[in-house]
Amino acid sequence: MHRVCLDAPDDFEGWRTQARRLAQAGVPPEAVVWQVGDAPGDLFGVEAQALPPARGRPFTVPKPFVTLAEQALLHSDPQRFALLYALLLKVAANPALLGDRADPLLRRVETMASTVRRDIHKMHAFLRFREVEEGGQPRFIAWYEPEHHILRANAGFFVDRFAAMRWSILTPQGTLHWDGETLTEGPPARREEAPKGDPVEAAWQTYYSAIFNPARLMTGAMLKEMPRKYWKNMPETALVPGLIADARRRELAMIAQAPQVPRVTRHAPPQDRGAALRLLREEAAECQRCGLCSQATQTVFGEGPEDAAIMVVGEQPGDQEDLAGRPFIGPAGALFDRALAQAGVPRDRLYVTNAVKHFKFEQRGKHRLHARPNVGEIDACRWWLDQERAILRPRLVLAMGKTALRALTGQNISIGQEAGQGLMLADGTPCRLTVHPSHLLRLPSQAEAEQGFKRYVEDLRGALVGLDQDSAEGLEAATDHLQGMS
Amino acid sequence: MSSLSLTDKLAILADAAKYDASCASSGGKKRDSRDGKGLGSTSGGMGICHAYAPDGRCISLLKLLLTNSCIFDCHYCINRASSNVRRARFTAAEVVKLTLDFYRRNCIEGLFLSSGIIHSPDYTMEQIVEVARALREDHDFRGYIHLKTIPDADPALIEAAGRHADRVSINVELPTVSGLRRLAPDKSQDRIEGAMGAMRGAIADGHDARRRYRSAPDFAPAGQSTQMIVGADAATDREIVARASTLYERFDLRRVYYSAFSPIPDASAVLPLRRPPLMREHRLYQSDWLLRYYGFSPQEVGAAADPATGMLPLDIDPKLAWALRFRESFPVDLNRAPRELLLRIPGLGVRAVDAILSARRLRQLRLEDVARMTVSLRKLRPFIVTADWRPVALTDRSDLRSMLAPKPAQLELFAA
Repeated sequence: MHRVCLDAPDDFEGWRTQARRLAQAGVPPEAVVWQVGDAPGDLFGVEAQALPPARGRPFTVPKPFVTLAEQALLHSDPQRFALLYALLLKVAANPALLGDRADPLLRRVETMASTVRRDIHKMHAFLRFREVEEGGQPRFIAWYEPEHHILRANAGFFVDRFAAMRWSILTPQGTLHWDGETLTEGPPARREEAPKGDPVEAAWQTYYSAIFNPARLMTGAMLKEMPRKYWKNMPETALVPGLIADARRRELAMIAQAPQVPRVTRHAPPQDRGAALRLLREEAAECQRCGLCSQATQTVFGEGPEDAAIMVVGEQPGDQEDLAGRPFIGPAGALFDRALAQAGVPRDRLYVTNAVKHFKFEQRGKHRLHARPNVGEIDACRWWLDQERAILRPRLVLAMGKTALRALTGQNISIGQEAGQGLMLADGTPCRLTVHPSHLLRLPSQAEAEQGFKRYVEDLRGALVGLDQDSAEGLEAATDHLQGMS
Repeated sequence: MSSLSLTDKLAILADAAKYDASCASSGGKKRDSRDGKGLGSTSGGMGICHAYAPDGRCISLLKLLLTNSCIFDCHYCINRASSNVRRARFTAAEVVKLTLDFYRRNCIEGLFLSSGIIHSPDYTMEQIVEVARALREDHDFRGYIHLKTIPDADPALIEAAGRHADRVSINVELPTVSGLRRLAPDKSQDRIEGAMGAMRGAIADGHDARRRYRSAPDFAPAGQSTQMIVGADAATDREIVARASTLYERFDLRRVYYSAFSPIPDASAVLPLRRPPLMREHRLYQSDWLLRYYGFSPQEVGAAADPATGMLPLDIDPKLAWALRFRESFPVDLNRAPRELLLRIPGLGVRAVDAILSARRLRQLRLEDVARMTVSLRKLRPFIVTADWRPVALTDRSDLRSMLAPKPAQLELFAA
């Protein structure tokens, strides 16, 4: 058994010289014990042999191996010297092995090297200097606890960066001191030797909390790059728990605060709902969110006063609506008007829109036959409906037909028996359900059509009454019922 | 305003900058202060993230607004003229002091300065340039500087910005022209793109001059980038990817940043308040990598989106979505396929592909070899062939997507 003593845990040159010597003498890896300094010898009662003399044939390995070994040697794993020596022998015998990233030993050493690189990078990032006054001159002192033996390897980075400053880096493994011209090393330090604080740190903490956006809390992403083990020596991380705890409250406060009355400015920007709707309508005219725009004549956007209390949502424009560019003017629209008149609801008080804003049809000879929009098309168009709702903030939404309900809730609920009922939308707006007027046009018998129409009128009237009566409380039963079904 | 302390201003003007997505300090030129003069260095390659905020974003640069007063009225912006937000304004000297103070303590890689528009675009740009000039010339600062430039400012000022900065950026703001018209009535796509085009020319001239005369000054060595807001207009993911790709080509951009529209206090009535679609932003960044590192064309990324809605799936990444849509391209033989095909395999990154290419010159790859070179085999198996593995029916299974997508999590019943 041969024992090799290295000067320091990061003594790459020492390892390199001895490893070369051992390899040239053909010593197998299991016959070498590597140690740093004067560690207690004969741990296993093995008598140490003298090292073989430096001789033998010239010995080369590819350069990438040297780079890899230099990095991996800084790892804190006590087995690193032995692993590297074993790898050295394998690479010497077969230099192509360095390309074999599936080789378990090479893989292990590469993982060690990459861990070291990460540790080096994190020290560049997470080390913080504190300023002290020394002999009338500023001096910057940092306390840092690296995980691997990277202190010396990192000296160059800090000299490059802070050459004109006087600084010291204190670690439990050793210290570095730069006086503006030369770098000196010192013995391990204790945390108490580092200064406690620095007035600039308060400003830095102010910055750290202000640049954090509470609406985007992603603690996992933060921890992946800045694990807790680094936190103890960074001034800003003390704030993290408080920032996380307060994030939701701050986000809700941001939402609750809006919208306030805008400041009057020279520009007098469009702040009112009417202007917002007009701009949205202009944007919708160019919509290409799904394929329907290629066939249809134009976007048929919603219509009605911007302060309407009730928003009525239908399915999609038909043939006549597509040509005129206005919702609910065809046969179904006429029926809708008739029912509104009977229910005593003035149409000009309603905001009327469709779930899907382009006409979908199949061409049959001269006729364009209505085709039902699919879920993809409904979901693509939902963006517009959401924007309309957000601007109008109606007190009640009336969903006419299954497509409207899908667009409002994202769920497939069939209306049928549930017409006249209500539910609560995700944002808390009450929503009433009824059939789509075109459904009534398709009913086979006169009797059914009459009965259906009667019921439809009741639903519309119910919506108007509901506007006064609907409260979260009153809707609860109906909502529960519907959720049970879906 | 003068009654505000420096810390008060810092709180206001950093808060105002938190909606800006970009913070990178990468891709510049290597510099140091070894000569004992000046302060700072840049690595040239990868930037350094000095901290991470609880929102998961890195803090590399001191990201500030010179002022959050603005004569413009962009609806998505907290600093728009009609907002009731508290206003503050730094002097150039104050920003310089903060940058140097934080830099000396190793808290930052440099400065990222933006500003609301005050008085006029020229006046504002002058102030921004003055900060950078003072840092570089008066203090010999050699750290990273990223300046946001204002499209309408005098070209001479924008040129000066490029001389002092490592990187400059001009925001396109929104992916669609109609969105820009609705939400940023004071801005115009023509002016923005004109400025980006001019900047591209200036950067190219700068590089050219450096090649010929070593004494020529650096001009924005880290190039230009841009940012667009996602979720405030009707643009679909497919449109956004196509737009980003055009921008990369036309203006030789280093990066296109996406910023998910975020609820802001005191929002304009034109905008709905909603939690930002953060996952959507993440998927767009993944698609950006597909364009830049994986050899996908924008049309191919578009094909990974839902055909009807044009949106990328949120539950799986775009590369997996593409593979599931084009199953006839799989399985790929890891021992034979060219690099371009290996890069298409979901779950294989660029580094894993390089490892496979070098290893297979020496051995026939088996599944266990692949396991040592990649993060997870589970996702990979249906798409690859190795010496001892062939997925047979797996690739064609109709429930493959549900096998690979993350399992839906139980929602918290009593979430706060």
